[in-house]
Amino acid sequence: MLQTLGQLPIGWLLIAPLAAMGFSAFVFGRTRVGAIPTGMTIGARLNSQPNFHGYFLALCTVLPAAIVLLVHFLFSEAFILGSLASELPAYFTARGPEEIDLFLARVAEQAQLRTAPLSGNVLFDAAVERYATLKGQSRFFALIVAAMLAAGGFWFGRQRLQRKFPARQYVERIITGLLFLCAAIAVLTTLGIVASLVFETFRFFNLPDGPNVTGFLFGTDWNAQTGQDFGAVPLFFGTLMIALLAMCVAVPVGLFSAIYLSEYASPRFRGWVKPILELLAGIPTVVYGFFAAILIAPLVRNFAIWVNELPFTPDTLLAAQPTSALAAGLVMGVMIIPFVSSLSDDVIHAVPQPLRDGALAMGATPSEMIKQVVLPAALPGIIAAILLAVSRAIGETMIVVMAAGGRALITVDPTSDMTTVTYQIVSLLTGDTAFDSARTISAFALGSVLFGVTLLFNIIALRVVQRYREAYD
Amino acid sequence: MTEPHLTATSKANERLRLRYNAERRFKLYGQIAIAVAIGFLAILLISIGTRASSAFSRHTVTVTIDNPNVGDGEEITVTEINLAVREALQDLFPETRTDSAALTDLFGLTTRLAVLPLTRELQDDPSRAAGPIEAELALSDDLDLFLKHEVGARQQTEIGRAGRLSRMDDQSFRLSNADPTGFDAFQTAIDGTELTPTRVLVRVSDAWFELQAVSGASLIVRHLAGPPPLLGEQNGGAIHALTLQAESDERRLSNRQIAMALRLQELGHIQRRFNFSLFTNSDSTYPELAGAAAAIVGSLFTMLITAIFALPIGVLAAVYLEEFAKKSVLTNVIEVNINNLAAVPSIIFGLLGASVFLNTLGLPRSVPLVGGLVLGLLILPTIIIASRAALRSVPPSIRDAALGVGASPTQTVFHHVLPLAAPGILTGAIIAMARALGETAPLLLIGMVAFVSEIPTSPNDEATVLPILIFKWFSGAERAWEPMTSAVIIILLTVLVAMNLVAVLLRRRFERRW
Repeated sequence: MLQTLGQLPIGWLLIAPLAAMGFSAFVFGRTRVGAIPTGMTIGARLNSQPNFHGYFLALCTVLPAAIVLLVHFLFSEAFILGSLASELPAYFTARGPEEIDLFLARVAEQAQLRTAPLSGNVLFDAAVERYATLKGQSRFFALIVAAMLAAGGFWFGRQRLQRKFPARQYVERIITGLLFLCAAIAVLTTLGIVASLVFETFRFFNLPDGPNVTGFLFGTDWNAQTGQDFGAVPLFFGTLMIALLAMCVAVPVGLFSAIYLSEYASPRFRGWVKPILELLAGIPTVVYGFFAAILIAPLVRNFAIWVNELPFTPDTLLAAQPTSALAAGLVMGVMIIPFVSSLSDDVIHAVPQPLRDGALAMGATPSEMIKQVVLPAALPGIIAAILLAVSRAIGETMIVVMAAGGRALITVDPTSDMTTVTYQIVSLLTGDTAFDSARTISAFALGSVLFGVTLLFNIIALRVVQRYREAYD
Repeated sequence: MTEPHLTATSKANERLRLRYNAERRFKLYGQIAIAVAIGFLAILLISIGTRASSAFSRHTVTVTIDNPNVGDGEEITVTEINLAVREALQDLFPETRTDSAALTDLFGLTTRLAVLPLTRELQDDPSRAAGPIEAELALSDDLDLFLKHEVGARQQTEIGRAGRLSRMDDQSFRLSNADPTGFDAFQTAIDGTELTPTRVLVRVSDAWFELQAVSGASLIVRHLAGPPPLLGEQNGGAIHALTLQAESDERRLSNRQIAMALRLQELGHIQRRFNFSLFTNSDSTYPELAGAAAAIVGSLFTMLITAIFALPIGVLAAVYLEEFAKKSVLTNVIEVNINNLAAVPSIIFGLLGASVFLNTLGLPRSVPLVGGLVLGLLILPTIIIASRAALRSVPPSIRDAALGVGASPTQTVFHHVLPLAAPGILTGAIIAMARALGETAPLLLIGMVAFVSEIPTSPNDEATVLPILIFKWFSGAERAWEPMTSAVIIILLTVLVAMNLVAVLLRRRFERRW
């Protein structure tokens, strides 16, 4: 009985009874209060509209129950697996945490099947049985507690269906609290990111066979797949190289198109071209990756071969790999064009018109006006835009995964394949991941570096942009 | 004293000319920059579009199973149907009954699992198994590409008129030219292009042969497919030579398979159809059977979770920050934090999902539920920023009026400000959802790359999404994955464009200037 309860996919269905309870509590509260006889004097009037009494009763009924169910939904699985792990016989726990995690995952998967056939392995079948029972028990418990809280909440709210009860004030205070909670989720996300990165990174550096911090940050050998060498310098190098190549495309193209669109183009031309440029930002990065790997990488390779065969170059000048940093960098540059152009467009627009008029009145040509007045005035903002674009390039993943190759090399030859921080994170964390091996959690150490660097760039850039906006407003 | 004055003017003119040239150059740089950006976009769309176009149709082979004799009162199995189909195919190529190499080639025309859809249909309606069955099967991916002229581009020429045909051994024949010139011109052509004879298929009336050698006035050929003509003097019909692009050991199709496919095409057994299975099938290891249905449903579930999670929270957070929050250190922190969060690389959210949702909370891997939550966190800042902009654009007079007639702050916001800001909020939300739909990297880290052969039925089932399907098919080795991948990209881009169009239309229709 309990086990069947554990297997039912009831998680989603619970929303319906909660909503029904809330709605009936609302109707009940409103009609009950509406039936209270009122007079015209202050003391005889209802303190709040009947609607607010309804809302109050509904919140009293639903809110505590919903919180209990949410907590159950989020934490029950971890709790069940934890207690199951503690019940495993000693000879099994001796096999190490990796094995246990795998075993528990298989148990959970098996128990989810409605008709679970016996596997024949005594321990496994017993664990499946126990898992199903625990799951059913925890669900039963959660449902009972939720139902009791709902009933209690309803009773509590019903006591307060009185003329003088300030229902509106309470309802509005609860609503404001909920709004604040929503806003706080953004902060919680950041905290979650920082906590998980820091925690896993800490574990990584404390592993018996793991590297120390200097070895990680300054080592030049990367061989994480075999779990041996964790010197991340080749990854940093590849990341910066590809970002640099991308900026070589994005900065000139983005900046010049922003200047042209804001200073030269007719409104009609601008109205057409700006959305088209922004389309570039809307294309998923996996599409760019496909484009880079299928079309650009072979072109780069043919070009490198052609350069190698020139009479005055040595035949092995360029690596001419089928996937290359140059291909990834070029396409990433195209992807970043709209970032540079629309951000620079904003800051160029923010330069006050009198500065332009003054320069033109002195006899400057439009290009002289732009180069000597507008650009210097907009320079901090443009630098901020470029910083944001660099942080975007460093964090870009799919293009490098598909087109940049995976060898950890340090070379200045852009036609050779290189690897990046993001590429390694993906390759280390896809497939079977046990959160105990150095291989897996080295991805979190890389993630910490990535997060730290991009955050630094973003903070600087956002500061500059903000201060700059204020200066001319 | 006119001389120095004149030189001064001409110097000034010269300077002016240089300045104007610089002006023109500067303007030109801007135009080039825009042309480069738009050109890249055009190349990207065109190159993917042309690659995709061939994947929207595919070739099928139809055979009639006259006497099915399957089932026998029990469940019809794939194996039975396969046997029946193979029997019907062998009827079309009788030589395969004696030649085991030819039989292998024949069975390579379709994969074993190609009968799966037919088997399911027959299982649902066993009465059909009694009469003749029209079996329409997907042709193998390589043959499909060949017939679409994607691989092994070919060239057919007339090289002579059939003279005398005589048998040399079991399969080889000698064919002479009815024209007195013999095959000299053909021989020269072969020598000139260093063509290996086996790259040439020869056709006489209904039969296809493989060229083995040219010896003076006659060809030595090996029979491949189609009814071989009677030995002896032919009626002088044309001899066609079909030159294939690659050597037979450099392609995945044998000469005989190509000949069989061409013969089937002449007999009308091969049709080119719209590739419905791209939308109805789920993933498969065979490109000709694979489809995007599971990924489309997976994407839908993921987007559903993302919307349920991120939309209310994002909008309510924006309401709090814009309408209720007093200036304090805490709200300042939240504000700075949201702006920074919007610029955090998406892969970091994948790390968060892997560590918190999978490792700490023990939620299952590869499910839309977790994917949707991760994407929801990812687009939350975007939705908050867009919603705040929309709320800010509602003029204060609306709030003042509402407060003036006695509404509470909550009533003001929820009865007046929020409805007026709704179109703007919705526009921002749709654009954020479009971004989530195209996101790949964070989902890779929470295991949504698993091979999913069943269409998911709830957000708790293993699933994959469209961008990840693109990534997976891109990694496939067969040549046929490339057009398939492009086709999925086109599907994804179409949905994205549609979402953005809806956003633009909403903005146009409901935008209010205060």
